[in-house]
Amino acid sequence: MSDRPSPDDGLTAAELAAKYGLAVSGARPGLVEYVRQMWGRRHFILAFSQAKLTAQYSQAKLGQLWQVATPLLNALVYFLIFGLILNADRGMSREVYIPFLVTGVFVFTFTQSSVMAGVRAISGNLGLVRALHFPRASLPISFALQQLQQLLFSMIVLFCVAVGFGSYPRLSWLLIVPVLVLQFLFNTGLALVFARMGAKTPDLAQLMPFVMRTWMYASGVMFSIPVMLEKHPAWIADILQWNPAAIYMDLMRFALIDGYGSENLPPHVWAVAAGWAALVAFGGFVYFWKAEERYGRG
Amino acid sequence: MADALIPTVIADELHIVYRVNGAKTGKGSATAALSRIIKRGEERGVRKVHAVRGVSFTAYRGEAIGLIGSNGSGKSTLLRAIAGLLPAEKGKVYTDGQPSLLGVNAALMNDLTGERNVILGGLAMGMPREQIRERYQEIVDFSGINEKGDFITLPMRTYSSGMAARLRFSIAAAKDHDVLMIDEALATGDRAFQKRSEARIRELRKEAGTVFLVSHNNKSIRDTCDRVLWLERGELRMDGPTEEVLKEYEKFTGK
Repeated sequence: MSDRPSPDDGLTAAELAAKYGLAVSGARPGLVEYVRQMWGRRHFILAFSQAKLTAQYSQAKLGQLWQVATPLLNALVYFLIFGLILNADRGMSREVYIPFLVTGVFVFTFTQSSVMAGVRAISGNLGLVRALHFPRASLPISFALQQLQQLLFSMIVLFCVAVGFGSYPRLSWLLIVPVLVLQFLFNTGLALVFARMGAKTPDLAQLMPFVMRTWMYASGVMFSIPVMLEKHPAWIADILQWNPAAIYMDLMRFALIDGYGSENLPPHVWAVAAGWAALVAFGGFVYFWKAEERYGRG
Repeated sequence: MADALIPTVIADELHIVYRVNGAKTGKGSATAALSRIIKRGEERGVRKVHAVRGVSFTAYRGEAIGLIGSNGSGKSTLLRAIAGLLPAEKGKVYTDGQPSLLGVNAALMNDLTGERNVILGGLAMGMPREQIRERYQEIVDFSGINEKGDFITLPMRTYSSGMAARLRFSIAAAKDHDVLMIDEALATGDRAFQKRSEARIRELRKEAGTVFLVSHNNKSIRDTCDRVLWLERGELRMDGPTEEVLKEYEKFTGK
């Protein structure tokens, strides 16, 4: 091959590549191009998330029934411990506290499992990353989408609990949709951030459960933050209430529960919810994209 | 081969290094790893495997190139680097379009039915949905999964290993490629299926611009390739016409 005379003799590899319009393999595309590629893979992202969801319970005898049974059992356990044994329902009637608790658990679990799935999105799928070509952000986004679908099953349980404790469907239930959209954006951003960090340091998968549990207890999943911190300086409660997990939980409770009025929400709550979502989703996407060409090593 | 040589893949002094976590044992390895994570400095606790060392070559349109070498000589790693799936440590690979590996195993899920895996695998390779729908029956027929009953609607974990391999190959071979890379895919399935896959590979070759084939089977290299790259310990030991290189290689391996 190489001994045949050719006008290309004497060109360096880079010059030869430039002459015939070859591109560097595995180079990172620009941000706009990257978004375009992601859009081209939207069917894959959706199919992958649904496949993961289905595969989860495919060996169980009850099959997909577990999609609903798992959150239901979860809610029961929390009710048993915090509602009956610890009486954490300070300042709330039982009709408010039980849906309050169950909403908190489900909404926080949504964020928690998105983060955990994000950590393993790249490091747990190296085979896929090393075998096929696709924008890597498809994986964390797909996992966040899987958690969203999981949450939609949980919402069935949540509606039953709400109705069972006297909060009947009303107009404010429609607010659930924007809350879910914002929280999903926030979670996706987090999943992207942790996917990049987890790709470099897989040890995060061991560490993150502790971080997430601390976050859970600090976000008022099973108690009302202002009531619990009455005796402490107000700024502590403020900070805790402004944290995104608490914001999304409170908005969901406000939308769903009859006796949980706007007096429980911090001021400008919608702006904060949207701000967190936009900031983390956009920042997470850019942060993930910056290392696109390095996923798959090591 | 076309008279004008149009390059499709150029490798320029390519180096690939794997980093392996936790391969080092003994005292202080955990603390070393910790300080590495915190300092982000030179990675001392990590073993490096230098899999490809300074390989350069240019592949042209219409060529079928065989990659040979003993186990662990870096053949598969080189293919992955050409596909842009493994980042280069040093040097560069330039390609025309997006080279693709013939393989889809990693995207498939054992708990899903064969049916859903066909769709999932197709999407993972970047095929449009309409194309998958069009070729679905073709893929199933080619795999021969349904010859012994309606197996395509059963989860893949219930398949025998031969059946699963056949379905995987059928899915992977359903896509058209510019630069196609095949990593010893021919050795799966029973005799009839092997014949069918060889025919399919020849078809793919005709459609593809350039084909790379990794194989330990010198006969299949002779049958398909007109140029051979011989890798040994990550270095390019020889690059030339098939017969020449294979003769040296066979002398080297003592056949």
